[in-house]
Amino acid sequence: MSTFVYMTRCDGCGHCVDICPSDIMHIDENIRRAVNIEPNFCWECYSCVKACPNHAIDVRGYADFAPMGHSVRVRREEEKGTISWKIKFRNGTEKNFVSPITTKPWGKFIPKLAEGEKPNEGEINSQRLYTEPQGLNIDGELPSVPKDSFKKGVYY
Amino acid sequence: MMSINPFSALAEIISSSAIQIFVLAMLGLIVIGTIVQMIHHKNVTYFFNNAKKAKLAAERELGIGEKSGIILKTIVHDIATTAELGAGKRRVAHVMGMYGTILFWVASIVLVFFYTAQGTPISIVWPMIWHIGAIMTCVGGYWFWLFLRVDVLAEAHPWYRIIKADLFVLALLACATTGLAWSYFQYSGLPVLSYLFLVLFITSNIVLFGGVYWSKFAHMIYKPGAAIQKNLAEADGSRDNLPPLADAPKQFGLGIKREQPKHY
Repeated sequence: MSTFVYMTRCDGCGHCVDICPSDIMHIDENIRRAVNIEPNFCWECYSCVKACPNHAIDVRGYADFAPMGHSVRVRREEEKGTISWKIKFRNGTEKNFVSPITTKPWGKFIPKLAEGEKPNEGEINSQRLYTEPQGLNIDGELPSVPKDSFKKGVYY
Repeated sequence: MMSINPFSALAEIISSSAIQIFVLAMLGLIVIGTIVQMIHHKNVTYFFNNAKKAKLAAERELGIGEKSGIILKTIVHDIATTAELGAGKRRVAHVMGMYGTILFWVASIVLVFFYTAQGTPISIVWPMIWHIGAIMTCVGGYWFWLFLRVDVLAEAHPWYRIIKADLFVLALLACATTGLAWSYFQYSGLPVLSYLFLVLFITSNIVLFGGVYWSKFAHMIYKPGAAIQKNLAEADGSRDNLPPLADAPKQFGLGIKREQPKHY
């Protein structure tokens, strides 16, 4: 279930843009409000839903398995340290859950990318992802497949 | 300079009624632009459909007194202080720009209609309000545009990247800046620069008010409406489908630690 933004509630603060691990929450160029530019690539982590200070982000199931009529809404109350969830099923059933906020401060588990070094061209073109292999707690090299060994032809 | 009405000197070249017609034309452009935008974008239809849904989901009906109280509280707290933006620089910049713009526009109307034509009394207070309003608009607006814009702060785009959403703020800043420059050069006795900035001032006004349909100008109308609807929905229990408030004490723990969105 990917996320989407209620434009009437969004004030364009950028918290969802900042936190999205998939880098798909961006600012619309016409109205300067947040928008999920690529719902297909949504990890469904709901970081943006929980981070939004205006409760402007909602969750929408794909039409094939969750037809219209249901909803998943989140209320974050920072001063109480709680995240409340309201799940509404198509048949009208409602379920409410309250969980503690477990967000860790930036820099503890989530890297402060703005303070990090910019990757060089070699790192950008490398098959390794950011912080690999150290981030995986692996000593030594990761296996890689050289590009010239790729099978010739069309890849899908 | 601050206490001199810049429109008085203008009235020596152009008739005061022509200036008044220009102001009325700008007001007309706002009305037309907003109506066309409402028809095309269907935002009012969405707003009323949402209100209907909220009414159906309401857990209790609000009395007229309670409704008026909520609306009044929303106007005083949410709208007058742009509470939606939370605490921080964005809110300060917005409040400064908002009140600056209101003072600038109200003073423009008062000066043009009551203190510009020949034979009308000279005011010291209203020109000062006009200048202070323009300065506040510039301070709040440039602060927002150069440093606090989400494109710059959270998206890491350079400040000089201009997009369609900038039409409103840039046209407003152009109005205030060229207005101040026009007043300054008129006061300094530099007619060429004064005329140049007068032409730019008129042009930026036409862009600002003529571009209502394409720009974010109408957020001044929609945002207060949305704030009122949001608070009414909280009070009647429909809560825009949101879960109820958690039954937990305020403990201001780790969850309160929110940093500025600039970790790109």
